[in-house]
Amino acid sequence: MKMYVAETEKSVKNIVVDDMILTTDMPTSAGSRMLDGYMSLFEAQAVTKLKEAGYTVYAKANTGEFNLDLLGETSYYGAVEADGKLTTAAAQAVKTGETMAAVTLEVNGSGARAAALSGLVYVKPTYGTVSRFGTIPAVCSGETVSVTAADAATAKEVLWAIKGHDDKDGTSLPQEKCVADEVKEIKKVAIAKSLAAGEDAAKLEAVKAKLTAQGVEVVEIDAGELLLAKPAWNILMSAELCNNVSKYDGVKYGYRTPNYTDLDQLYTNSRTEAFGYLTKSTVLFGSETLSEANYYKVYDKAQRIRRVISEYLMKTFGEFDAVLGLVSSKSEYTLAQAQENKYIAYDESLYIAPAMITGIPVVVTGGVQLMGAPLTEAALLALAETL
Amino acid sequence: MKYETVIGLEVHVELATKSKIFCSCSAEFGAEQNDHVCPACSGMPGMLPIVNKRVVDLGMTAGMMLNCDINRVTTFDKKSYYYPDLPNAYQTTQWFSPICVNGRVDIETSKGPKSIRIKQIHMEEDAGKLVHDDWTDTTLVDFNRTSVPLIEIVSQPDISSAEEAIAYLERLRDLLRFAKVSDCRWEQGSMRCDVNLSIRPEGSDVLGVRTEMKNMNSLSAITRAIKYEIARHTRALETGCEELVQETRRWDDNEGKSYAMRNKETAGDYRYFPDPNIMPVVIDDEWLDRIEKSLPELPEVKRARYIDEMGLSEYDADILASSRALCDVFEDALAVCGNAKETANWIITECMQVLNKKKMTADMLAISGTSLGQLIKLVMEDKVSRPNAKRILAAMFENDIPDVEAYAKQSGFIVSNDTSFIENIVKEVIAADPKSVADFKGGKEKALMALFGKCMKQLKGNANPQVLREILIAEINKI
Ligand SMILES: [Zn+2]
Repeated sequence: MKMYVAETEKSVKNIVVDDMILTTDMPTSAGSRMLDGYMSLFEAQAVTKLKEAGYTVYAKANTGEFNLDLLGETSYYGAVEADGKLTTAAAQAVKTGETMAAVTLEVNGSGARAAALSGLVYVKPTYGTVSRFGTIPAVCSGETVSVTAADAATAKEVLWAIKGHDDKDGTSLPQEKCVADEVKEIKKVAIAKSLAAGEDAAKLEAVKAKLTAQGVEVVEIDAGELLLAKPAWNILMSAELCNNVSKYDGVKYGYRTPNYTDLDQLYTNSRTEAFGYLTKSTVLFGSETLSEANYYKVYDKAQRIRRVISEYLMKTFGEFDAVLGLVSSKSEYTLAQAQENKYIAYDESLYIAPAMITGIPVVVTGGVQLMGAPLTEAALLALAETL
Repeated sequence: MKYETVIGLEVHVELATKSKIFCSCSAEFGAEQNDHVCPACSGMPGMLPIVNKRVVDLGMTAGMMLNCDINRVTTFDKKSYYYPDLPNAYQTTQWFSPICVNGRVDIETSKGPKSIRIKQIHMEEDAGKLVHDDWTDTTLVDFNRTSVPLIEIVSQPDISSAEEAIAYLERLRDLLRFAKVSDCRWEQGSMRCDVNLSIRPEGSDVLGVRTEMKNMNSLSAITRAIKYEIARHTRALETGCEELVQETRRWDDNEGKSYAMRNKETAGDYRYFPDPNIMPVVIDDEWLDRIEKSLPELPEVKRARYIDEMGLSEYDADILASSRALCDVFEDALAVCGNAKETANWIITECMQVLNKKKMTADMLAISGTSLGQLIKLVMEDKVSRPNAKRILAAMFENDIPDVEAYAKQSGFIVSNDTSFIENIVKEVIAADPKSVADFKGGKEKALMALFGKCMKQLKGNANPQVLREILIAEINKI
């Protein structure tokens, strides 16, 4: 488990944040050689709020480069494996009891997957309820500061410590929405068949059985619309990532190649030497996506699909209090698998894409995900506590 | 064959806001290099853009001054390109839904009146500045100008000569300065212009090959560049000596020539897309009303009113109406003292003199019109002498003087109406200078002036000249 550790006394309320969340007493590197050892001049709003609430942010968990990957396998600092299985440093820190919770920037599902595969509770709150100020930008229209803990009560406690309106984030929701914690009883849950195929189908059955035993009505729905989320999300993700990492050009800070004689070489060689394969591929794909020739054919279409999925989900949440699905296709991954299929994260985003693209809240528990309407994370967490 | 010229102008104007467009750094010109910089405008990861509402105010103001429609929902987009003066490697601008569209600027040239249509006005951030250090042969970057707010005013290709281009730019500058949208200083780069030009056979409705000259920064250079390009295009079409290609050219004003820029510098796919960190700006009725109410009277309307209603000369009205600052001081002062001619004189003669001494322009007149009005009133009521009033005016340029009468009293500038006090001074002066008294009595008028001057000096200028003169003659006659 690779982590930076702050020179600070540990307390009873220790929190690990991931390498996408800026701190001023530890480097923030986004898992990238480009930002190796980068010290920020300011800290994330989430970190400030944690400190204000009496938590100690004592360590920094390694991530995949810009958190785009499956489970941290693209990190410049190496992947994290436990018992031969791939996991993230943040999830492993929670699982081993090293920390009471991990606060991470969810970009492409690695946080949700790591929690599901490690049997932890994870919550990605509604977009706009936790400030993104001070997080390394990757996919700004979807990325959300999330919490992983051993149980739902702890996840809720930590999440509510970091929620809140922030004037420094233009997409931040009004305060009353950010901290809304009305718990509506969950009576009817849908299983989205489109997100139910995978090795962990048994976990879905187990959750279904528990819900039914509690008197919750569980209905299977096709939800084929949700399959559109993956390609649309991959397009939006690559476009935004491409734009967001363009500022790392070797000029101002971060990695600068020693091999250059002119400006073009400075740019090209710095980026070639410092970015890993997944970032490079995503940049190329994103650049193509946003080109004049493709903007309306590709990027704009993905934005329209985003609206279609939002409308579909809103309609579904009119009928159901939550939608259940899997988080990944397999129940475990090895480093070799992730290295063999270099674009496995693009495939596996199938499960998390609906929530990433629409900004709805997700709670992972018992190895499956519960999606809810915007601002229903309190209800989802309350339900998770009973499972 | 006869050709006609088709010109469209893209004008960049730096907005007169205190702070930058997405952070709270000062937007002021002229600071030490990299003094106005923060993590946001130097492109450090983790900062999010927060739109400065004042920028939107000024964008709307510009649109209204140029008869535009205001888009009630306006969005910001990212324009990507690599250059070391652009710290994020993208510029935040408005591509899909600019704040203003479909405007009009009316100009007047030797050929008569004409309307130039405005295609759109959009808000965006400026880039930084590269500074080459010859001594160490390195290039350094100054981020002070990064994220300073700009508007870009894009005209339709309605301009057909250098004269029209200049008339359009001058009118644009007048309107924007009047509405305090920008100080529009070519020499400081707060007004810059890109010229798009093509020519075609007269009467044709097909556009010719267009060339663009970027970042022109003076009216005379623009005139020369347009004339040069028209000649170059015409020659190319007539003789075939050169193939015209659509390109960006650099104007070298010293050589009086334009040069094709390397293709690399100009060709580009900017990969525009909406900035997900900036929510669409929604302009409601209340906001629109507030800006509409803040619009100034147009300069020509003011000029006419100064002549027709206030009886000023055309000369005075022209000078006052040339600058919003002069108009503001004039109107505020007039409201207090009630004498238009006197007020105009004080501004055009006295205030301008102080400004000239300080090497400042009329736009920089920043004294309170209300205070000036109080001062003029004191002079009109013979409570303060003119020389002392000028001293008070000079003080007004240094500090705000809200109560001019109190200030005059405190500084000993109030004219004495106490004739016995004046008589005593006069007696002392006469007694000390019997020669001048004798000279005056002997018929030398100049001797009286010498005595008058000495008395005025003793009185520190605080006497009504007429009264002093009468007392002086009376006292001499007593001898
Ligand atoms: Zn700044």
